[in-house]
Amino acid sequence: MSEISTGTNTSRRRGGGLFRTAWGFGRTKIGVALTVLIVLVAVLGPFIAPYTPTEFITKPYETGVDGTVFGGDNRGRDVLTRFLWGGWTLLLLAAASAGIGVLAGTVIGVVAGYRGGWIDDVLMRANDVLLAFPQLIAALLVMSIIGPRVWLIVVIIAVSHMPRVARVIREATRKVIEQDYIKAVEAIGMPRHRIMAVEILPNVTSPLLVELGLRLTYSIGVVAVLGFLGMGLQPPTADWGLMINENRQGMSIQPWAVALPVTAIAILTIGANLITDGLSRASIGIDRGVEK
Amino acid sequence: MFRLVVVRLFFGALTLWVVSLVVFAATQALPGDAAQLILGRDATPERVEVLREQLNLNDPVAVQYMQWFQGIVQGDLGTSFSNRQPVAEYLAAPIRSSLTLMGLSALVATPISLLVGAFSALRRDRGFDHVSSTGTLVIASVPEFVIGILLILLLGPGGFDLFPSVYSRNGDWDQWILPVFTLALAVAPPIVRMMRATMIEVLESEYVQQARLKGMDERIVLWRHAAPNAIGPVAQVIALQLAWLAGGVVAIEFLFNFPGVGKELMDGIDNRDVPLIQASVLLIAGVYIVVNLVADVIGLAANPKVRVANR
Repeated sequence: MSEISTGTNTSRRRGGGLFRTAWGFGRTKIGVALTVLIVLVAVLGPFIAPYTPTEFITKPYETGVDGTVFGGDNRGRDVLTRFLWGGWTLLLLAAASAGIGVLAGTVIGVVAGYRGGWIDDVLMRANDVLLAFPQLIAALLVMSIIGPRVWLIVVIIAVSHMPRVARVIREATRKVIEQDYIKAVEAIGMPRHRIMAVEILPNVTSPLLVELGLRLTYSIGVVAVLGFLGMGLQPPTADWGLMINENRQGMSIQPWAVALPVTAIAILTIGANLITDGLSRASIGIDRGVEK
Repeated sequence: MFRLVVVRLFFGALTLWVVSLVVFAATQALPGDAAQLILGRDATPERVEVLREQLNLNDPVAVQYMQWFQGIVQGDLGTSFSNRQPVAEYLAAPIRSSLTLMGLSALVATPISLLVGAFSALRRDRGFDHVSSTGTLVIASVPEFVIGILLILLLGPGGFDLFPSVYSRNGDWDQWILPVFTLALAVAPPIVRMMRATMIEVLESEYVQQARLKGMDERIVLWRHAAPNAIGPVAQVIALQLAWLAGGVVAIEFLFNFPGVGKELMDGIDNRDVPLIQASVLLIAGVYIVVNLVADVIGLAANPKVRVANR
């Protein structure tokens, strides 16, 4: 509570403090190392790939071919090349959907928490309806009808994050607006939108950062699973999720084409979750309900 | 307590209804119309028109929705586009398989998670606790299909070749092992963590101290005094995890080619079989909502303040 009651001008310092506290946990350091590793592979990959992702090099599922490290995939394209090319789409889609979802959820949460009354009721009931769908099922329903589109993936995942973020931010906002300084700025006649943006928002940054990490981890999972189900990016794009889908039939004769993207997704999500765990431990009073 | 439960039930029913609206509205957004989809591209306009009439596609949307909704309430989920069978009949076997898969996974995951969680609490901040805490964190972060594939790579035909990696209808029991194990691993971490957290809380409470100070046998203290009071909040998490399973099975059934509702949903999407998609999404969302409702009620019942207040 005393954390929250400090004024707005300390907020930047406090945000830094959260990162510093989080960095103090060994887990966070491991998480950052794992995440950076995969981000580097995804970002630098296209520049160091030996072939182009759609070039036919080998026979389908052939391994041990000269000039390839991990052999060819289901169509005979170089597995290493497609692995190096396939990461950045996943990262970009996950980051975009988590970013938009958290942004929208925060706006809704702050407005609902601060304004209260019927606005709060309407927003929260709408939230409940959105929450009634399992995240993946909602995405599958819409994708199956409109067809797999890149922007649609981002929109659907963002929308499915929104109510979950809004709940958390609304709770945090309600704690903030009990403070006297909010009543003070109301009394001097500061406009509501300024109060929300300048006085409330900086004081809910801790739960906001934790949510951002959590949503990013989920986004990576959902984008990957959509690709795996063939409902994400479409062939011939090189994408980790899609790679797993394309090559799973030949898993026992050419395991690399599946093992590489699967391992990368696993390391990335573990890394992101370790960072989130560090942040949530560092932020006071907001743990994830389960961890004590 | 009773009133609260009734209110929750009412909201549950309301949510189900809204979900049905959303599912119906979503399929209205489909480009082209259903009659054209069923008959294919080279159907004559006359035949399409006849089928439009049969499917009531010329009625206003609200009327169509009412008819569709009435059908659902009476257990009629429409007729599949791709094989012309009633969807309700067609989905009966997949539903049973899916529920069996979910049930088995829960049966495997729950007791083991409870034991691991309780043991971690007893060994707090020692070796076992650290291992289980790191382990659950790692497993909880990885998407469930990734766990499944890693298990296949390790134990399937390409690895140690212990279990089959694809479900076939030959009826062997060992083809259940990998799907069940994958789902069990996917639901276990939150249960372990919650059990550990509540056990720690209970073990630090005064009545457990009192029981110990009386010189009671440690086992009786644990199983008679501590564990029953830890179970309430944990039961809620277990129910929530079961609800998650309703959506989580889709990717796992797809991965293992397991003939359940999730697999039907994916097949429906492949064939653009709208009634099948509608029915499987409704079923999955329905299970999700009902189990969430159960979780809420358990949560209420486990809270003594609520339970005792105005019966």
